[in-house]
Amino acid sequence: MLKRHFLLRLAASGLAAWTLVQAPAQAQGETPDALVMRVSTEVIDAARADPAIQAGDVNRVMTLVDGKVMPHVNFQRMTASAVGRYWRQATPEQQQKLQAEFKTLLVRTYAGALAQVKEQTVQLKPFRAKPEDQEVVVRTEVRGKGEPTQLDYRMEKRTDGWKIYDVNVLGVWLVENYRNSFAQEISAGGIDGLIAKLAERNKSAGGGKG
Amino acid sequence: MRPSFVRGGRRAAAVVLVLGLLGGCATHQRPDPFESVNRKVFGFNETVDEYVLAPVARGYRNVVPDMARTGVTNFFNNLRDLWSSVNALLQGDLEKSGQDWMRFSVNTVLGFGGVVDWASRMGLDPHYEDLGQTFGVWGMEPGAYLVLPLLGPSTARDTLALPADFYAYPDQWVTPAEASYGLLAWRVVNTRADLLDAGKLLGDISLDKYTFVRDGYLQRRRSQVYNGSPPTEDGERYDLPEHTAPGEGTPSPGAVVPPAGASAPRPAASAPAAGL
Repeated sequence: MLKRHFLLRLAASGLAAWTLVQAPAQAQGETPDALVMRVSTEVIDAARADPAIQAGDVNRVMTLVDGKVMPHVNFQRMTASAVGRYWRQATPEQQQKLQAEFKTLLVRTYAGALAQVKEQTVQLKPFRAKPEDQEVVVRTEVRGKGEPTQLDYRMEKRTDGWKIYDVNVLGVWLVENYRNSFAQEISAGGIDGLIAKLAERNKSAGGGKG
Repeated sequence: MRPSFVRGGRRAAAVVLVLGLLGGCATHQRPDPFESVNRKVFGFNETVDEYVLAPVARGYRNVVPDMARTGVTNFFNNLRDLWSSVNALLQGDLEKSGQDWMRFSVNTVLGFGGVVDWASRMGLDPHYEDLGQTFGVWGMEPGAYLVLPLLGPSTARDTLALPADFYAYPDQWVTPAEASYGLLAWRVVNTRADLLDAGKLLGDISLDKYTFVRDGYLQRRRSQVYNGSPPTEDGERYDLPEHTAPGEGTPSPGAVVPPAGASAPRPAASAPAAGL
């Protein structure tokens, strides 16, 4: 009698647990803050475990960032935002090139910052957003020795999950920070001039020595 | 012979007047009215850095072990906490002021004069308030962007605050003057050594270093005045076709056109924010 009662309870809790695992449909996509924490932790753990990265190999970091972080970034929006009103004047081919070069630049930026991260962890700051928000800001802090570093992400909700469209390091939104630089290059040499400048910067940074 | 305080007062008034004019020249659309001069000073600073400061900092980094350099950094940061506490008070933030005071007390007493940073391990974070930020909190606009010789990026407002922000470090109170110069030099070299990697990164990722540094400095100062949450202006979505109708664009048109039935977009800052 007791045994049967026990078995029934076991079955009931098993059923309940199974239902939780199946979960409501909305959990099929992660929340943006959970996504940021997961990816950040993965990246930092991978960086810490790789001796080449610990030795300062930025190209290795770039590969890591490319693989783990970039799938969650909306590059078209980032590039368009940095290029501004000239984006609409660019041909699709120019837009593609701009996107590709800017992506390399951003990966290098993020990787360069990451390469200086040693013995550090990422902490999520309180996340304020309504469940129905389509655009949010996720705030994190990189903590290690000394002062914490502010690292925020602007994210938008798309059909295939939340995507990053701007990154803030120490109070500076990166995409915004490139706007004036891009506008400067475009007024000097047009959109092709900007593409050429970006390509040149990427090439020299890749080959330059520390 | 006029008494010295009158002469000093006149000089101070002249400085305030000049800086006030400098402040008035800049607008939100034109934060850098002195760009041509600034670029020259920036170029000068870069040259000094490349040929003097960075090599010295590299040498210092090679010779002095990491732990010792961390101790030196902690020591100078501790002095900064004291000034931060004062400024937090001036801004009316008693809690922050108290926290920075606690940091200073704990690190000075338990941390061998600030060399060991116990306070951070205890969960007390530094706030780094300075007089320039205090002026900003009080409502002063940043004014024109200025590149100061050797001191680097600043604004009219931050330059006005500079004498106080400069002499707030107790290492400047030390006599004789040679000792205070020595300590200043040490502080500068140590900081530069901490920033060597960041400096190289900056060169790699900027198209025009002057522009990138300027825009980064202005954004950062604004963020600091607002303690990390400056009001944002919702920008136009250039990746979407112009005048996208609700629901027509790629998923979640976001700020440009609020789709019917979705939550109201976050309130945009009314009018372009005055250049704070």
